[in-house]
Amino acid sequence: MSSNLNQTLIKKFEQFEASLNGEASSSLHGIRKQGIKAFDQIGLPSAKHEEYKFTNLGKILEKKFEWISPHHTSETIDIDTLATFQIPNLDAHSIVFVNGVYSESLSDHDNAQVAITELQKAKETHKDIFDKHFGQHATYKEDAFAALNTAFITNGTFIKVDKNVVVDKPIAIYNLSDATANESVNYPRNLILAGISSQVSVIEIFGTIGDHNTLVNTVTEIAMEQNAIVDYYKIGNDSEQAYHVGMTQVHQANNSTFTANTIAFGGGMIRNNLQIKVDGEGCTANMNGLYLLDGKSHVDNHTVVDHIKPNSVSNELYKGILDGSSKGVFNGKVFVRREAQKTNAFQSNKNILLTDDAVINTKPQLEIWADDVKCSHGCTTGQLDLDALFYLQARGIDKDKAKAMLLYAFAIDVLGHVKIEALKEHLDHIIAKRFNQEF
Amino acid sequence: MLSIKNLQASIEDKQILRGINLEVKPGEVHAIMGPNGSGKSTLASVLAGREDYTVTGGEVDFLGKDLLDMDPEVRAREGIFLAFQYPIEIPGVSTTNFLKTAVNQVREYNGLEKLDAVSFLKIMKEKMKLVEIDQALLSRSLNEGFSGGEKKRNEIFQMAMLEPKLAILDETDSGLDIDALKIVANGVNQLKSKDNATIVVTHYQRLLDYIVPDYVHVLYKGRIVKSGTKELALELEEKGYDWIKEEVDAAV
Repeated sequence: MSSNLNQTLIKKFEQFEASLNGEASSSLHGIRKQGIKAFDQIGLPSAKHEEYKFTNLGKILEKKFEWISPHHTSETIDIDTLATFQIPNLDAHSIVFVNGVYSESLSDHDNAQVAITELQKAKETHKDIFDKHFGQHATYKEDAFAALNTAFITNGTFIKVDKNVVVDKPIAIYNLSDATANESVNYPRNLILAGISSQVSVIEIFGTIGDHNTLVNTVTEIAMEQNAIVDYYKIGNDSEQAYHVGMTQVHQANNSTFTANTIAFGGGMIRNNLQIKVDGEGCTANMNGLYLLDGKSHVDNHTVVDHIKPNSVSNELYKGILDGSSKGVFNGKVFVRREAQKTNAFQSNKNILLTDDAVINTKPQLEIWADDVKCSHGCTTGQLDLDALFYLQARGIDKDKAKAMLLYAFAIDVLGHVKIEALKEHLDHIIAKRFNQEF
Repeated sequence: MLSIKNLQASIEDKQILRGINLEVKPGEVHAIMGPNGSGKSTLASVLAGREDYTVTGGEVDFLGKDLLDMDPEVRAREGIFLAFQYPIEIPGVSTTNFLKTAVNQVREYNGLEKLDAVSFLKIMKEKMKLVEIDQALLSRSLNEGFSGGEKKRNEIFQMAMLEPKLAILDETDSGLDIDALKIVANGVNQLKSKDNATIVVTHYQRLLDYIVPDYVHVLYKGRIVKSGTKELALELEEKGYDWIKEEVDAAV
């Protein structure tokens, strides 16, 4: 089954390579070739593949996409359409891609404090640091989708924050897929470099326009130097025609703090791979996630936090509410290497299933080789707390309203970690609307 | 106001209430006492409408209406208030927001206009004084991190906000030191009127020094086996429950 598509994709790479006109000898292309080589060896995961067995993207790519090039037509959208995806009241630097193509007119950022540019330009303007980090962090040789993204790199966002710079505004990266004319497949590739003692917030927002199927296969590499602070947000609120596989790979140096907030409100099949290498002492890695699913949405959050050095902390909280016949998957891997003594790693995944048809597959996976550590994990799956429900009813609140209050309360908990006020309000509003809450 | 006739109830096939008869009139305070396992909390829960319990017989009339036929929220809106023995914590739901929703749903049901945020806050500030509760506590998640005393005071605060016709205090004194007890009792006493009534469920006589009952009933093995005035409570404190148990068991 998949081997046909594997071959099709390899042929597409050959066509792509042929169209590159002289770029074929660049270092970027060298990395692309590594990508396709890795893909050739691994191939798309089958239904039996341990990491993808609940999220059979291989089958989706086979069945839902025609793989006829060109994949997309429009390279831009109008400003009103962009506005529907923007976060209200958010004062941020923004960079906008439509179907993988950078839109200068829709983007709004100045480079006074921080370099924000397209990947294509950055590989020249920031050559040394680009070559040093690009493709060096994401584990694309082990994952077929990251390998594919690497093979088909066209463009994406490059962000470089210099030493000691505290970036005044968050940076919002919009990746919009326009599938009005036909299916849209694109491979956004991002590289974010946070210098020593720098601070930056980055928000990745994905959205789709049109009724055809869309596939976004994205890789974001984040390399943090000592003492850096990065707050990363990934927001997805998509229709059931939207398919997404994204790898966010983070490399932390001493005393750095990385926080990821991954929020998903729906999608046909969404797979988020968040991988953090805690390669320093005194680091903090926070992973927060929320998935509110209904209909036939499918969201899979796989996380890996790898404690390589001692004296660091990781905290993970993922919460999900599943309605309709939605499917949720959670796999949280925590590795604590032998030298990583005094590691504190906490993980919690809490799920509420609202219907008999909703399904959650959750797997905490702690592999600990050091012997002086504090690690814990907790996983719950259940319905609403009936005692809490009765308490509210006993005070005069009708059952539906009481349920909605409790679901809202459950979800809102994760928002406590969102530091950007406008984003928090926006998410609060979506959640409140989902549960019919007006306060 | 409340008329309980031959009420029987069970939980998970275990019969707990075996025929309770009780009449409560406006302005009265009734104490329900009894040894552990006698069914005191069950009675309170059944009156409030907890679905874990199955009513297997009897009837309960509240202000001329069939109470057992009403959902818990309807009972609350009709004027029943249960002060929980173990008030649970509900993270993410603040006391203020939840109470505003509750108060307004009760008002709406009774044909009154909803309170806007400003009016609600004004009333809140007034009632807070009754149980000496801090506003900071109210904007936090419901009961989260509250001490035992704070939780019980929060129950009485909610009672003050909802102005029920019949308040059922389920072992409100359990886990309280004497100072907390006094504050809670004072709050209850301030809320008493000739138009409302209170049922105080308690194991110990101590609370009844502060919330003085008009009637004391002893519950044993699911039935009210003895009724009296507050003197009965003092007798129980002196002699314990054994003498009643012996009396009842001998008669069987």
